[in-house]
Amino acid sequence: MIYKVITKPEFRAFVDALVRANTSYGPRQVDTGRDCEPIYQFMPVSSASDIAFDYTVTTSSAKHLIMPFREELSKFSFRDGDWDQEVHYNAPPIVLFGLRPCDINAINLLDEVMLKGAYPSPYYLARRKNTFIIGMDHLPLPDCFCKSMNRHTTDHGFNLFASDIGDRYFLSINSSKAYNFLKEFETADPTEEDDCLLIERRKLIKQSFKTNVEVTGLPMFLDLEFDSPIWEKWGDKCLNCGSCAMVCPTCYCYNVEEHFETDLESSSKQRRLYSCNLVDFAQVTGGHNFRPRNGDRLKYRYYHHYRGFAVNDNQQICVGCNRCGRTCLASINPKDVINDLRLEKESCMTCVSPSPEKI
Amino acid sequence: MVTDHGYKCRITNIVPLSEHERLFQLRIVDPRERELFAFRPGQFLMLEVPGYGEAPISISSATSNREFIELCIRKAGHVTSALYEARPGAFVAVRGPFGTSFPMESMQDSDVLLIAGGLGIAPLRAPLYWIKDHRDHYRNVRFLYGAKEASQLLFTYQFEEWKTVSHIDLHTIVEKPDGQWRGHTGMITSLFDDIAIDPKNTWAIVCGPPVMFKSVCTHLDKLGIPMNRMFVSLERRMHCGMGKCCRCMVGSTFTCLDGPVFDYWSVINLKEAI
Ligand SMILES: Cc1cc2nc3c(=O)[nH]c(=O)nc-3n(C[C@H](O)[C@H](O)[C@H](O)COP(=O)(O)OP(=O)(O)OC[C@H]3O[C@@H](n4cnc5c(N)ncnc54)[C@H](O)[C@@H]3O)c2cc1C
Ligand code: SF4
Ligand code: SF4
Ligand code: FES
Repeated sequence: MIYKVITKPEFRAFVDALVRANTSYGPRQVDTGRDCEPIYQFMPVSSASDIAFDYTVTTSSAKHLIMPFREELSKFSFRDGDWDQEVHYNAPPIVLFGLRPCDINAINLLDEVMLKGAYPSPYYLARRKNTFIIGMDHLPLPDCFCKSMNRHTTDHGFNLFASDIGDRYFLSINSSKAYNFLKEFETADPTEEDDCLLIERRKLIKQSFKTNVEVTGLPMFLDLEFDSPIWEKWGDKCLNCGSCAMVCPTCYCYNVEEHFETDLESSSKQRRLYSCNLVDFAQVTGGHNFRPRNGDRLKYRYYHHYRGFAVNDNQQICVGCNRCGRTCLASINPKDVINDLRLEKESCMTCVSPSPEKI
Repeated sequence: MVTDHGYKCRITNIVPLSEHERLFQLRIVDPRERELFAFRPGQFLMLEVPGYGEAPISISSATSNREFIELCIRKAGHVTSALYEARPGAFVAVRGPFGTSFPMESMQDSDVLLIAGGLGIAPLRAPLYWIKDHRDHYRNVRFLYGAKEASQLLFTYQFEEWKTVSHIDLHTIVEKPDGQWRGHTGMITSLFDDIAIDPKNTWAIVCGPPVMFKSVCTHLDKLGIPMNRMFVSLERRMHCGMGKCCRCMVGSTFTCLDGPVFDYWSVINLKEAI
């Protein structure tokens, strides 16, 4: 990693040059919400002026720029009772600008899933290799809990990361590509004072978290509470809409579907982002559903995020962005569900553990 | 190769087995791919009917058969119904093989119990052929096979061969006998009354609907067969076969990667497994 500092106008000029020359996506205001707050999304940008540099959070994550909601896996073309299957891993190079540390961490987690194991995904690899990521830090929103998940900072998964130190950005340069691009712009080596400013900035971010979710020992809690009534309670609220998984930066479960083109001469095989909250997620042929109730499915999403992945890869897959909580029409969010689960267990622990005086 | 492209196969033969089940014999078209293709008993394939989709199907032929792949398929939904329209000569594709297999080597020098209910015979044919190919390595081999009705018993044309050539002690049973049926009637577990089992030296493979796993494995447990010597093959919805889509996940376990073959000890430790 190489560190540099750059003035804000010069950084803008750098971003401008980069996004003008490349297919780029960055945070843009797309609407205004009921509470008059701006709504941001990662959208195509062609100049620095398109980008909302001081955005708060995007409703949807940057996941769908690397793992599109719908992606063609292959194409069949039919002729004389025979067929050919064509598979392409084409991914044009793109620049993603303005990712928060938790979003970069989310991509690092997706890398674990899609690039490791017995069957790495060549589709994902092609996109990921061609994605240039510029991260930016920010002060957390009141409901962000990425510090609880230890995802509020990152030291890998980006080409360049900009931390706001007042009138300048402190740059962490993590790839030779980024270093080369930056050569054309005026940067300076950080002074000791700049280092202090960065440390102060980090402290400020750390201290600004208002939401804390206690996740220590959660995999075991989840195991013990498999049959807890809280799943039914929250499940009864769930609308099975799947929105939580669509906006989540780490939900990756998918469907594979095939469709004939209208001329019936070819067909397309596609991967489509799915959600374990959707009714038929675990339904098998013949109609049997291994997770028939809303609560079973909601529970499974929590199990996958906070237990299953932790057991397989020694980490929890949720990064604490609370996009799911903000999006859910039924006001279901990880903090409330997890707290509910813990309270149930903790209160029960206190009633069974005898106090020393009574022994 | 196994991940995104399928091996193109020609359907060489279709054998009707019952009203809703047929045996499809496939031959991988490319000779090099055919040579490369190898599997272990218990593994499955993703069978592709181009334009319609894929379905996970157990390989039902002998591992020693390098010329053909046999799949015993029930007409059940979207993809399998499209397959039932195909005639010999048509082309389909397979990806795989995927998943875990039955530990046939560990079972050597022991008694083997093969227990199948209905279509559960499909994943049992590969271990059965394995035993046939290495018959000297196994002691008593018993095959208990049950179905709802006699007309649903599959591969009846092979029963004599299994018994006389492979020395497999075959017992069949049906739940609802019709006028013709002369054999046992009732649940598959009642067949245990007829056979003496040496629990210290027996391995079991159980395939069938989930309700059957429970009753059969509980019975075997009572007889004293250790749970890590009983094997089952689990069914789940599968879209990738490669541990990516998560459709087949049970807890933190992928049925497509960590299964479909599990020992019963692992299964009872998996919530939602059966
Ligand atoms: C390990 C394993 C081994 C099995 N072995 C056998 C066997 O030997 N014989 C047998 O008969 N059955 C077997 N099954 C069951 C078999 O997989 C199902 O019966 C089969 O999936 C039915 O497919 P279908 O499309 O006809 O059914 P449907 O109920 O229509 O669809 C179910 C499955 O089809 C796929 N699907 C549905 N819609 C689409 C679409 N639009 N595009 C692409 N895919 C789609 C999905 O994968 C889905 O999981 C096995 C299952 C497993 C898990
Ligand atoms: S938790 Fe909320 S967003 Fe997710 S499926 Fe249920 S209702 Fe929809
Ligand atoms: S907070 Fe919600 S949306 Fe964000 S990573 Fe965790 S589960 Fe996904
Ligand atoms: S079938 Fe996709 S993860 Fe198992």
